[in-house]
Amino acid sequence: MAELLASKEWATFLQVLPTIPFETWETIWSTAVATLLALVIGLPLGVCLVTGEQGGVRPLPRWVMSLLNALINLLRSVPFLILMIIVIPLSRLIVGTSIGTPASIVPLVIASFPFVSRLVETSIREVDAGVIEAAQSMGATPLQIITKVMIPESMPSLISNVTIATTTIMGYGAMAGIIGGGGLGKIAINYGYYRFNGVLEIFATVLLVILVQILQTVGTRLALRCDKRIQR
Amino acid sequence: MIELQHLTKRFATKGGTVVALNDINLTIRDGDIYGIIGMSGAGKSTLVRCINMLERPDEGSVVVDGRQMEKLTAGELRAARRDITMIFQQFNLLMQRTCLRNIMFPMELAKVPKEKAEARARELLELVGLPDKAEAYPAQLSGGQKQRIAIARALATDPKVLLCDEATSALDPNTTHAILQLIQKINRELGITVVVITHQMSVVEEICNRVAILDEGTVVEEGEVQAIFSHPTSAAAKRLVYPAGAPKAESLPGHKLVRVAFNGTQTTDKPLVASLAIQCGALVSILAADTRIVNGQTLGSMLLALPDDENAARAIEYIKNYPGITYEEVNG
Repeated sequence: MAELLASKEWATFLQVLPTIPFETWETIWSTAVATLLALVIGLPLGVCLVTGEQGGVRPLPRWVMSLLNALINLLRSVPFLILMIIVIPLSRLIVGTSIGTPASIVPLVIASFPFVSRLVETSIREVDAGVIEAAQSMGATPLQIITKVMIPESMPSLISNVTIATTTIMGYGAMAGIIGGGGLGKIAINYGYYRFNGVLEIFATVLLVILVQILQTVGTRLALRCDKRIQR
Repeated sequence: MIELQHLTKRFATKGGTVVALNDINLTIRDGDIYGIIGMSGAGKSTLVRCINMLERPDEGSVVVDGRQMEKLTAGELRAARRDITMIFQQFNLLMQRTCLRNIMFPMELAKVPKEKAEARARELLELVGLPDKAEAYPAQLSGGQKQRIAIARALATDPKVLLCDEATSALDPNTTHAILQLIQKINRELGITVVVITHQMSVVEEICNRVAILDEGTVVEEGEVQAIFSHPTSAAAKRLVYPAGAPKAESLPGHKLVRVAFNGTQTTDKPLVASLAIQCGALVSILAADTRIVNGQTLGSMLLALPDDENAARAIEYIKNYPGITYEEVNG
């Protein structure tokens, strides 16, 4: 222990420690913004994947559906590390720069909205076909079925899946440290990986683990609480 | 009035085209409780879904109060569906909404102001006998209670027609009876025409005035319930009406087979089988029976075997004169 406290690693750790709250905040807000934007794109897309099918609530032309599915599968199959590098020009175009936390949000959203749309698709598919038929028999429009039946009825499942998406996006966000994105990932990579500072590496990782634990616990509780199928 | 004219519906399956409905012609008058009965796969669910265009017929026409349903635009059809509502075997309530908000749902779709919708929903909760369940969620209710909420929801837009798709098939006999009574009350007090889809003859007997028997996509028999129940002519009708299915020819040699149908008969003061034995000296055996007492009246039928001797004629005479019973000799 005394050896550790006397080491250079420890000295760097103490030096970097004051920046940890800021980096933690970077991780939190970039995850939040990226998740939100991924939802903005992924939720309607996920709904379309169900409603646009032949025999769905609002069928879309077959070629549109094939294109949509192909696009989602394509984006899902590109490894995040590579995707980050490919979209650097796009980040520069949208955010004005290709480094820093705001720039890292662009690849995060592009990588996660296809994932989110698949998760939303699964949740929406769980809605009982009979309930949708009942809504149709009452004269509901396709939009009313989406907003008043599909989304509210699948809310517990949607919350669970959004929680999964958020933790995944946080994990991706940590990787963005490689291309100059901020946050706890940056600490772990810059000090831990590039400069062999094990203490900082482990410390940043532990903080990330704690954040994921909190997120998952809150998400699970929320999903259970809003599910009225469970009798209490 | 609902008129089904030359209704045909086909489904493409992997094994080829299946004709679910084949040239169906039916007229359902205002105020009827009209039963459509058949075995599973007979096409009855498809038929009822053609009435509100949840299924589009391939040929033929559905005319409700003079309007051809298949010709309506999407918007007109949605408006028409407020007049033709539906209840289901699995209730199909919104599980994440309270009962009150479930009943308000069709009014919400029709953009009825919230206060008005809530007041109407509370009235309907009263009508279906669950005023204390306004804030309960469907998961907290029994099957019968769920169907009551579904009925209240179906009545929210003041429909002219209520379609019941196997509405009591998931319920126990007592609850079935209570729900049927409620449907009958709605028919009588609110003047709503009811179409009942079922595979249970007992349901038809209890509340319907007319019935169509559907078999493999065609109507094999249609008419007054009593008439069909007393004298079924088609094989499908016999299967549904006879206790324990259609009788077998080889049943009992040396015996006459007789089916007696109770059409809401008073049998308590004059027990039929006992009287046949004591008064006519006929040693009757009951081959099959499916009877029940609803509001003090006996419904159902029995298949009796009479020894083919001089007492048989006397016994048959006795049955013929018994009030409220119809009699039919069965030849295998």
